[in-house]
Parts: sequence; structure tokens; C-alpha cells
Amino acid sequence: MPALPRIRRTLPAIVAAAGILATGLLADPAVAEEKPTLTVYTYDSFSADWGPGPQLKAAFEKTCGCTLDFVGLEDGVAILNRLKLEGPSTKADIALGLTSDLIPEAKATGMFAKSGIDTSGLTVPTGFSDDVFVPYDYSYLAFVYDTETVKTPPKSLDDLVSGDPGQKIVIEDPRTSTPGLGFLLWMKAVYGDEAAAKWKALQPRILTVTPGWSEAYGLFTKGEVPIVLSYTTSPAYHEIEEGTERYKAAGFSEGQYLQIEVAGILKDSPHAELASEFLAFLVGKDAQSVLPTTNWTLPVRGDVELPAAFSHLVTVAKPLLIDADTVAKNRRAWTNEWLQAVGAR
Amino acid sequence: MNTRTDRRIRIGAGIGAALLAIAFLLGGFVVLLTAGGQAPDFESLALDPYVRAIFGFTLLQAGLSTLLSVLLAIPFALALHRLRFPGRRLILRLFLLPQALPVLVGALAVITIWGRNGVVSEAMASLGLPRLEIYGLSGILVAHVFFNMPLAARLFVSALDRVPAEAWKLSGQLALPSTTVFRLVEWPALKSALPGAAALIFMLCVTSFTIVLVLGGGPAATTLEVAVYQALRYDFDPARAIGLSLIQIVLTAAVLSVTLRFGRDPAGGFGLGGKARRFDAAGPLRGLLDPLVVAAGTLFVVSPFVAILVSGLAADLSRLVTEPAVIDAAATSLAVSLAAACLSLLVSTLVLMAIEALGRGPRQGVAARSARNLLELATSLVLVVSPVIVGAGWFLLLRGFTDVLAAGPYVVVATNAVMAMPFIVRIVGPALREANAGTGRLAESLGLTGLARLVFVEWPVLRRPMALAFAFAIALSFGDLGAIALFGSNDFVTLPYLLLQRMGSYRTADAAGLALLLGLITIALMAIVERGFIERRDIAV
Repeated sequence: MPALPRIRRTLPAIVAAAGILATGLLADPAVAEEKPTLTVYTYDSFSADWGPGPQLKAAFEKTCGCTLDFVGLEDGVAILNRLKLEGPSTKADIALGLTSDLIPEAKATGMFAKSGIDTSGLTVPTGFSDDVFVPYDYSYLAFVYDTETVKTPPKSLDDLVSGDPGQKIVIEDPRTSTPGLGFLLWMKAVYGDEAAAKWKALQPRILTVTPGWSEAYGLFTKGEVPIVLSYTTSPAYHEIEEGTERYKAAGFSEGQYLQIEVAGILKDSPHAELASEFLAFLVGKDAQSVLPTTNWTLPVRGDVELPAAFSHLVTVAKPLLIDADTVAKNRRAWTNEWLQAVGAR
Repeated sequence: MNTRTDRRIRIGAGIGAALLAIAFLLGGFVVLLTAGGQAPDFESLALDPYVRAIFGFTLLQAGLSTLLSVLLAIPFALALHRLRFPGRRLILRLFLLPQALPVLVGALAVITIWGRNGVVSEAMASLGLPRLEIYGLSGILVAHVFFNMPLAARLFVSALDRVPAEAWKLSGQLALPSTTVFRLVEWPALKSALPGAAALIFMLCVTSFTIVLVLGGGPAATTLEVAVYQALRYDFDPARAIGLSLIQIVLTAAVLSVTLRFGRDPAGGFGLGGKARRFDAAGPLRGLLDPLVVAAGTLFVVSPFVAILVSGLAADLSRLVTEPAVIDAAATSLAVSLAAACLSLLVSTLVLMAIEALGRGPRQGVAARSARNLLELATSLVLVVSPVIVGAGWFLLLRGFTDVLAAGPYVVVATNAVMAMPFIVRIVGPALREANAGTGRLAESLGLTGLARLVFVEWPVLRRPMALAFAFAIALSFGDLGAIALFGSNDFVTLPYLLLQRMGSYRTADAAGLALLLGLITIALMAIVERGFIERRDIAV
């Protein structure tokens, strides 16, 4: 019978494959390490090569005797989603990149501990104080446009909403990203109960809704779309890094929504002290001087010198901010309202 | 051991395997629903305009995708069948590729050709025409047609191949004009395959995940499948995820029952084309049109592959293949897909053998019939309970007990394994039937049982189809994004997941390079597996 040798030839291969799988797949890759590893959940543009992550890592590791590990998620809100998903078994020691809007919701998870950082010396517009979350930078949301294709930029939110639907914009998803959530709140702050109707009016202009800021900004710089939801500080990036003034932020007469970015320590972190050290480092002068030209945001310290490009950004006369407790109470309802307005066909 | 014991063992093992598969597919949800606390509020879901919009969009995109795929496949299949030229077989083989290619790679390829900065848009822009908009419905449709038009075309060609040779001879002898040949010979053949093909494609498009996720472009173009994923990963709203999943299950069950009414196998269509010879003469118009149609259709299907090859080669491949993240992801993918394929092949074969063993039993009582139904249900239930839904159920269930993301690899392997079952059953099943029809009785009378029966009766016949099924299962798992999208984390990254991440951060060159690697590894794996099991002379299918 010819069949027998054949099966003899192939059977060992199958068994071997199964064996390799069992060991390869199930083995825990954890290797004993001497130094403690501080794991920081953040958004991907923070941890990226071009973001502040690598510089902060190098600077902090010089003194901490530890390994600093940034884990980049889609965007700020996704960090909170991930923590809720993982629950207490999360590997994160620090969550970095939530906004002040999300603080009550983050506290409600019961997963965060007091920071032990004195934030009274930090300066944030509209003021900020919290014993759990530490503000590390802030910025104002703005629609950034390409001056080569947009000749008459919107001067107000109304202009944007009622503008030419042929001229597309790209925004971020409020369920995953902080600028997306910020824009949702911006619309709410300006239009109140009319927000849903205004979203419907804006809907035809929206080319696509991306999960995070990086995707949206990528589409914009690749020329797929002429207007993107970003920050008033974004043009400084193009001026400093690319030497071009082609991209501008549009100042809106209704005001710009304020985004205060915060970081917090997880309660179950085995490295609480180290985590606290990192937060102190984050609001220290060295780290604060790194953020403006890597994260492209504004520092929370008055003693940081900003490059000249920051002096001719859109000036914000009226910062908008919805009280965080109101946000926490209404976020799901407002998100559903948004889904229904933008998702309707 | 006598033959009766052997039969009992086979039936028992098969039923055990089937129950395991069913328990895995439904387990997560049944426990969640019965344990309470997570029961969805169906009334508010049904009244939610957004849920209605998603439901409507799911049906709309699937309907349009099916219509376009079938309408484009018919002229192509007719032209290809009429033409006789050396590359015909190659085209049919190329048309298998979209089925084997990871969906994510295909989606990326479609963007490269049809995107706003794609080849077609560039050409149109240089002619002063507006660029194409790929995001939303149009992109989903283009991608679905890319994946399903070839499938429909292959089903139609094989329907035409089944036309008796006499019909072609007669049409030639009577010198029938091509319209008459179409009316009398071709159309009836196409018509027989049409409902099955349309229903299959509709089914595939209703549950399409990756394409909608990548090309959908936000809430305006979301399907139920994607909404389930978003309810978990975007909103973390378990009740909503369960509610949407159940709506999706009801929808797919309805579609599948309609599909089965047409009497066509929803996972069929793997033939490579017969040898029908045609004698009807081509008119001058058709003689000109046919090659054009075949060329256009082939270009549509092949161009994305070329795009992936070109843009992939332009990427920094040498850096990518030495990057630890890429190597880790590839190793993880390899382990997951091999484990899933082994598991799937084992479970499917056990179930199939039990079905066969039941068939050769002495009497066909109610028990035998219900056992048979159970076995068949196990192999195709995954068509109703899609991978994302299975994953969502287990995700929510496991969350109550353990670190979900640590349990991820097991759930992903099991999900990929059940995903491949319908395909494996369709490939291996007929061969097993053939084996038992041929030598089954002889084996019974010789009292062959156990391993000996496996080795002498089943293995020689099953070897080839099993290799093909194994290769398919590997390809399916290697390119899968549905299960990993839920369970992926920084500690568990497969190649498609890494590719999605790189696409997300718009590192397009990296994404193109990874897509090329993913595509090449998939095809190489399939080739190695097929070759490992099949002798040289067998390969030239």
C-alpha cells in the first residue's frame, strides 16, 4: 500500500507543527528584568518618533533608574475606553492624554489614585485644580486649512456649518478621540439644543470621520482634504519643521474650545512612587520646554520660552469649556445625538 | 474493535467536536443573556434612528455590491467562456486570488488604485476631471466588487462548463446566431447559478467587516458588524453590543435561510473550470468585444495586485523585515494561523466522519437524523454568527473572570478555526463521501477499523482535499482582522493588526510594504502546504 509511507512522512510534520504552536503561542514572553518598567498609556502621536515620547523617555530614564514604556493608542478617549475594557488587570501605570472633560468619568472608574503633585503653580486658562489628574499642556481646537485650496476660510462656526458642501472637512470620532469629543462639546457650547440640527447641516461637508487625530491630520497633509479639525498651534509645526506658512488655523468668532490635557496614576500601579516622579518631571521646566515643539501644544508653566512661530498664531479671545460634570452626565446622550445626526442618510 | 464500535466511536467523536464548535459559537452570548445584568433594551435600539440607519445601510451596501458583482460578472464569464486562448486557465486561477488575499491587503490595494490620490484619480486629474471619492459607499462598493465579481465570474464559468457538450456541438452545427445561443444555451445555464451566486455574495457583504472598517469613513457608512465592534471598543457599551449582535444574527439567519432555499451551497465555487469545447462561431462584433471585456475584467482584478506589488516594493522592505515588531507580528500570525488551521481541520474532519458514519448505519431513526442535523449545523453556524459577534460574546463573558486581553490568543485561534469550517467541510466532505462510496463497503466487510481504516480508506482520498482545505484555513486565519480587532493589544499583535495600526498612523509606505509581505506570506504558505501534501504530478490542476 503506498498510502502508509506517505502518512508516515507527513504525520511527524503535523505533530511537530502542533508542538511548536503549543509552546510558541502559549509561552509567556515575560522576561525577568532588573529595572522596573513604567508603562504609560497615551495617544499615538505622543509616543510616535516625531512626538514628545522619545525625548521625554531619554530625559526621564537618565535619572529614574527605570524603563519608560509609552503605549500609543488611537487617541485620548481611546485610553479611557481601553482602561475600562482592561479593568484592574491593566498593565498601565499612568494614563496620559485624557482631557479635563473626561476627568469625572475617569474618576468614576475608581481606577485612579491621588497624584501627590502640587498643581497650584501651574497656569491653565480658566483655571484648574484637581488632586488626581495633573494638567501637562493645553491647546485650543481649530479648523486648520490649506491656503492653496481654501481661499475664503470660515470665520465662524456658522460659516463652517453653512459652507460649501463640495469643500470637504475631516473630523475625528468623539467616541475615540479628544479633538473629536472637543468639537462635539464646542458645537454644544455654541448651539445648545440646536446642535443636532447643525450637525445635520454640517454632515454633507464631512469627507470622513477618523478614529484619531493622526489619521485625520495625515489625510490633510496628504492633500486628501483641505480642512481638518486640529489645533490653533498646528500651523507652528509647519512653520518650524517645514518652513512653510501654507497651513493656517481659522479663528472662529464664537470662540475656540479649550482642551486641557491631563495625566493620572493608576491605583493598582506597583510603581506608584515612580509614577508620581514622572508626573512631577512632566510638569517640570525641561519636559515643558519639549512639549510645545513636539506635541505642538502650549505649556502649563509661565517660565517656558516659546519659539517665534507661536507668537503669530490665532489669538483666542473667548475660550470655550463645558463644565466637566455636565460633560460626564451627558456624554453618552450627546454622542448618540451626534451618531444619529451624522449617521443618518 | 469491530466495525460497529468503530462507527460508534466516529459518531461520538464527531458529535463531541460539533458540540464543542457550537458551544464556542454561541456560548459567550447564551451565558451573557441568561446570566442577566447585560440584557439589551431592544425597544430603544429598534427606535434609535442611528441603529435603523446602520441596518438600512448594511442592506443597501450588500444589495448594491451583489447587484454590481453579478452584473459585471455575467458579461465577463460569457466572454471568457466563448474565448479560447492559452491564458484562460491562468485568468481563472488569478480570479481565485481575491479569495485567498487578506481582505485588509485588498482594501489597501483598492485605495491605491481608486483612492483620491490613486492611479485612476491621478489620471482623471491630469485630464482635468475631478478626483474620485473613495470613502463611504463608493469605496465599499468598489472593494466588494473587487472581492466578489471574480467569485461570481468563476461560479458562472463553471455553470457554463456544466452545459452538455452536445449543446455546443448542436449550436455549432446549426450555426445559431450568438443571441440565440445566449437565449437557448448560455442564459439557462447562468440562470441556474444566478440565485446561488447572488445569495452567497449578499451573505458575504452583509457580514463584511474589514472593508467597511477601513473604507467606511465614519458613522454615515457603518454596518451592524462594525457597529458591534465600535460599541465595544469605542463606547464600551456591552448592552448595545449584545443588542446589535442579536439583530445581526437574526438578519444573517434570515439571509442564510433564503440562500438555502435556492438550494445552493453558500460556500461553494472552488472548481477550476472544465474542458467544454465550443463550436459556435463568433460574430465580428463579438469577436472584437469579447477580448475587450475579458481584458477589462482581468485588469480590474489584477491591477490592485500590481499596485500592492509596486507600492510595496517602493517601501523600505529591508528595514521592515528586520524590524522586531514586524518579525514578532509575523511569528504570532504564523502560530495563530497554524494552530487555527490544525484545530479547524481536526474538528471539521471529525464532524464529517461522523456524518459519513451515520450515513452507513443500519437504520435512519429520529435520533440519527437529529444527530445529523446537529453535525451539519455545527459546520455552518459560523455563517450566521460572524467572527466579530463570536469575539464580542467571549470578550464580554471573559471580562467577568479574567484579563480579557491575556485570553485573546485562545479566542482568536478558536474563532479563526470555526471561520474556516464551512470551507473545509465543502472541500473535504465530497471527497470523504467518495471514499466511502468507493471502498467503504469493502472496508466494512474486511472489518477494517480504527487507524487502519483511516490509513487505507480515507487518507489516500482525503490527502489532497485536506491539503487544500488546510491551505485555505491558514490563509483565512493569517489574513483575518475580525477577531484580532477586538482582542489585539500591544502584547498580541498579528500582521494584519500591525498593518491596520500602520495604516491608522498614515505611515503609508510602511503599510504598503507590510501589505506586500502579508500577501506574499499568505500565498507562500498556501503553496508550501499544497506542495507538501501533493505530489508534483498532482499540482497542475
